[in-house]
Amino acid sequence: MSTPTNAAVYAETAPPRLVVAQSAIADEFAARPADVKISTEKVSIMYGEKVAVRDVSLTVQERSILALIGPSGSGKSTFLRCFNRMNDLIPGAHVQGAVNLDGENIMDPDVSVVELRRRVGMVFQRPNPFPMSIYENVAYGPRRRGQNDRRKLDELVETSIKRAALWDEVKDDLKRKSGLALSGGQQQRLCIARVLATDPDVILMDEPASALDPVSTLRIEELMRELRQAYTIVIVTHNMQQAARVSDVTAFFTMADDRAGYLVEVGPTGQIFTRPNERLTEDYISGRFG
Amino acid sequence: MTATPSLRRKTSRGSILADRAATVVLWGTGALVLLILGAIIVHFAIAAWGVVSPSFILSDPSDVALGGILPVLWNSIYILALTMVIAVPVGLLGGIYMSEYASDNAVTGAIRFAEEAISSVPSIVVGLFGLILFVDNFHQGFTALNGALALTFFNLPLMTRLSEQALRAVPQEERSASLALGATKWQTIRHVVVPLAIPGLITGVILTAGRVFGEAAVLLFTSGIGTPPHYNFANFDLFSPASPWSPFRPSTTLSVYIYKLQSEGLGSHVNQIIDGSAAILISMVLIFNLGARFIGRVLTRRLTAA
Repeated sequence: MSTPTNAAVYAETAPPRLVVAQSAIADEFAARPADVKISTEKVSIMYGEKVAVRDVSLTVQERSILALIGPSGSGKSTFLRCFNRMNDLIPGAHVQGAVNLDGENIMDPDVSVVELRRRVGMVFQRPNPFPMSIYENVAYGPRRRGQNDRRKLDELVETSIKRAALWDEVKDDLKRKSGLALSGGQQQRLCIARVLATDPDVILMDEPASALDPVSTLRIEELMRELRQAYTIVIVTHNMQQAARVSDVTAFFTMADDRAGYLVEVGPTGQIFTRPNERLTEDYISGRFG
Repeated sequence: MTATPSLRRKTSRGSILADRAATVVLWGTGALVLLILGAIIVHFAIAAWGVVSPSFILSDPSDVALGGILPVLWNSIYILALTMVIAVPVGLLGGIYMSEYASDNAVTGAIRFAEEAISSVPSIVVGLFGLILFVDNFHQGFTALNGALALTFFNLPLMTRLSEQALRAVPQEERSASLALGATKWQTIRHVVVPLAIPGLITGVILTAGRVFGEAAVLLFTSGIGTPPHYNFANFDLFSPASPWSPFRPSTTLSVYIYKLQSEGLGSHVNQIIDGSAAILISMVLIFNLGARFIGRVLTRRLTAA
């Protein structure tokens, strides 16, 4: 398997200011490590004896969208869940290797998962608002952090819902309507607002639109493009058009004969979808896979 | 080689009959349950007609005239409250431990076995155990507190088991959603899991309370059987046997009182008093059921809104 260098990855995804010679980009990267938000080093994830993900190393640039694609069972969701250590909740799950967030290894036993999950928020496959009012759904994270000042909460709830592009639809019954009374697409945007209210840097999305209709899906995708300006986003998706539409970088996972998922290649989305380096990727993209 | 069966073959007649029979039997079973409850209510409503009146509920018992049931009714409510004050929080905490913290191992297996075993011990045996432990061993005599403690032995396992089931029924996604927002495990339990489990927890409280209200065997030997004295509700001396607020006094409950009258009651009004008491007992259980459900709804709203 070939792992492209960071320079190759970012050459096509970075903002226009980086339209310079390749070597210059590489130099600039070496000089500016702050641009790398997350990096993983040889991450393997085991469920008991079974290896679900093997030796994945990649980097995620700040304020970009990384899409993880691949067939079912290739371990991409499992891999996503190691960024906020949700795998800790699965009995028997074990993660090897290092996951660095802003240069700090979050697998370190000293790391507080509670703090980590405030900085790395997560949106799930099925919209899962709490059976509370819209307001209380969004206020949930801040309240657990001890924020009880009404005015500040009101403000936080309003800005978060506005950022999630849901404000106009719900502003009149924030406290009267249950989060569960919204449509599926609205519920998912509410879940995004709920994450934004905890003020994260990174947002993980595990197939966030797979339970939604096409119109709602499009709205979520538009929202992701907007959020990209302020947040680093990692998304798992089964929908290759979606990966092509929203992401800056795409990582293709598949599984080997031992059933372990591994990274085939990662690169700028445009390149992965037009001229991938690996035959496996090309087969998957063009629908010739399994 | 068998031929392809024709769609018109008669073999399906048997299954149609079985289907009809199943419908009738299942419907009949449901109807039977309702019928039994209805029959009990109607019987005692008719039998108690003319007996139950405000003065019947609010006056002291009498050995000669048609006395009232105020003290024994009070004792039932008092012992119920005392038992629930102990059993509900302890049972809930036990249920939280079993559902959210304990892993499946020999210890939790033993706890589950004990829960089931204690729940199926005949209540008269629990009463005897209370008699030996409190009355004989600790020389405490018959008191409301002893009755409540013995009832707690009997009901705590049930409350724990039902709490555990109610908490386990809360979908895992709710926990994940809360933890992923940076809530701690306890915050997740306190603000998401327990509020969502309230309907199930209320069922646990109702079943436990129903057993307390109706229980006579456990209380015969622990809180005592006798005709209570006149209670002075203005007497707050917790060590006075005439104070209805004291947990340290013998306290015959309504169901024990019915047992006493039925087995040894004399006087011309005994049967009327029994019917009236039974009607009141049933009404109390029904009122408690509805009341608990109402409180549950209010609680759910409160806990999920703040």
